[in-house]
Amino acid sequence: MSNVFIVGFDGTKDGKRALDFALERAKSDNAEVHIVYVLEWSPYSFLTPEELEKRHARRKEEVELASSQIMAPLLKELEGSGLSTHGVIRYGKIPDVICDVAKEVGATQIIVGRHGGSDMAARFFGSVPGTLVQIAPVPITVVP
Amino acid sequence: MGEICNFRRLFQAPVLAVAAFLALLPSIAQAQDAAMGIDEKINAAISPVSNAIVSVIFYSVPVGDTAFPLIVGWLVVAATIFTLYFGFIQFRYFGHAISLVKGDYANPDDAGEVSHFQALATALSGTVGLGNIAGVAVAVSIGGAGATFWMILAGLLGMASKFTECTLGVKFRNEYGDGTVSGGPMYYLEKGFGLKNMPGLGKGLGIFFAICCIGGAFGGGNMFQANQSFQQFVNVTGGEASFFADKGWLFGIVMAVIVGVVIIGGIKSIARVTEKVVPFMAVIYVGAALVIILMNYDMVGWAFGEIFAGAFTGAGVAGGVVGALIQGFKRAAFSNEAGIGSASIAHSAVRTKEPITEGFVSLLEPFIDTVVICTMTALVIIITGQLGSGLTGVALTSSAFESAFSWFPLLLAVAVILFAFSTMISWSYYGLKAWTYLVGEDKRMEMIFKIVFCLFVVLGSSMTLGPVIDFSDSMIFAMAIPNVIGLYVLMPFVKAELEQYTARLSSGEIRKFKHS
Repeated sequence: MSNVFIVGFDGTKDGKRALDFALERAKSDNAEVHIVYVLEWSPYSFLTPEELEKRHARRKEEVELASSQIMAPLLKELEGSGLSTHGVIRYGKIPDVICDVAKEVGATQIIVGRHGGSDMAARFFGSVPGTLVQIAPVPITVVP
Repeated sequence: MGEICNFRRLFQAPVLAVAAFLALLPSIAQAQDAAMGIDEKINAAISPVSNAIVSVIFYSVPVGDTAFPLIVGWLVVAATIFTLYFGFIQFRYFGHAISLVKGDYANPDDAGEVSHFQALATALSGTVGLGNIAGVAVAVSIGGAGATFWMILAGLLGMASKFTECTLGVKFRNEYGDGTVSGGPMYYLEKGFGLKNMPGLGKGLGIFFAICCIGGAFGGGNMFQANQSFQQFVNVTGGEASFFADKGWLFGIVMAVIVGVVIIGGIKSIARVTEKVVPFMAVIYVGAALVIILMNYDMVGWAFGEIFAGAFTGAGVAGGVVGALIQGFKRAAFSNEAGIGSASIAHSAVRTKEPITEGFVSLLEPFIDTVVICTMTALVIIITGQLGSGLTGVALTSSAFESAFSWFPLLLAVAVILFAFSTMISWSYYGLKAWTYLVGEDKRMEMIFKIVFCLFVVLGSSMTLGPVIDFSDSMIFAMAIPNVIGLYVLMPFVKAELEQYTARLSSGEIRKFKHS
């Protein structure tokens, strides 16, 4: 079975660091890379009646924006790298979505960046890498 | 740069609205000086029309010593018919409704769309409010403990009405090219009656519904809410001696600006905060009620004894059993709005391939509103022995809770204001949808409606316009006339949806998704 890497990408420089790390490893391991971009979403959040009405339209806009502004340019940039790269855009809780995609594509490893902050919020509520370390179905690498 | 422009545009509308209010301030203040005069003039002008309409909508027949408004009978009979027609759907599919709200049947590919939970929460924030706090107190103070039994029964029956109207709301909604949706009774009346070869009647009923809905939005959904929350605000800030006692206009302007910022400026964060705080307040309210009930656990048996005895003997109540029944039915109908058609507008926005699933979810609404929250209020009033204290309305509920927690009236005031605010936001939307149904989907016309809606917040809290409020209250109940007629005619569509859905559910074609 070939190696499949999952990279959590959020468009920040931390995400870019994780991606660069993954691409480098993928070259030496001859791995396929799936780049996952998650739009944070909870089905239990509260919306006003007007937001309910416009939700479907907003969702379409958000996906189009994420695709045209982030994923498409990124995949284009990677075209010449000689690697097999795929882009995934999904809604949900970031760690859950990354794990779901990892299971779906039979990933062998998950690679994510970290913001490196030590703010109180992260201490109380946990961070994406922290949660992933707890729940990931495959080995995980956190790129500092 | 673009973002800055958007940002400016975002703030422009509410700022203009605020400026308009400030410009109005001196005249409102003057109006306040001559408040009695202006109130009286408006009251005198509107009274003949208002009285005529109120006496038609709330036409009451004397039953024993009490008057029974026929519109309440209209709603309860309809709820009973739907309960029987759908074979006690509210009990058979209660568990399935909970599964749907939990998201067990939600396709993960639809993440990011409106969930069943969100549609239910938004619709609930429009119905949970003063009816649950003040209405119940009125019911038990007039109808005795027994009124609680009939209120619960009406709540349980009302679940079938909600199921019917919300299924139709999704089934016959309009979906536009840009992905937005508009739904509600006016749409199912028009489209559904069209399919039944009665397009003219459907359109007529739709227009009638929309006019009543606009009236109801300005009155019961706005002025009444503003007025009651101001009263409660004055009560906790010192009553007659309060600095705010004669400054309803000031309270109104602050409230109107906050409402305006949400509905005109689209600053969703305020609405989102409220929508988060409202369920939290509801949980605190029910939690406090539960604590009081647990503290007096030895009296729970006695309280239920009182409720059952009162329901069937009507001892000590004006009108006996019938008196208790009328009060219970009336307050349940006032509180959960089942059969009125309003919630169908909010529920229509959910993303589902099966309209019936929204029907199942919506039947939880009268259950939470009436069977759980209203019953809690009634139990606390009975257990704390405040029944018979001579008090009624919010004051009765407040003193019942205060007997256990001295700080509760303050919390209740906050709850009343927040409930009122979320009800206003919901009704501004219901009214707007009815308005655009009549005048067409046009941004300028929408803006006119929203600005007028904000002005009515100021009017509602600064004037004592009894007849205007009575009039608008009757408009809300007038919505039930075209809506229930529509439900009777269109219920076979719901039955067909139910049959095909349940067949696929039992065959395993529709099944739960595995969620991580």
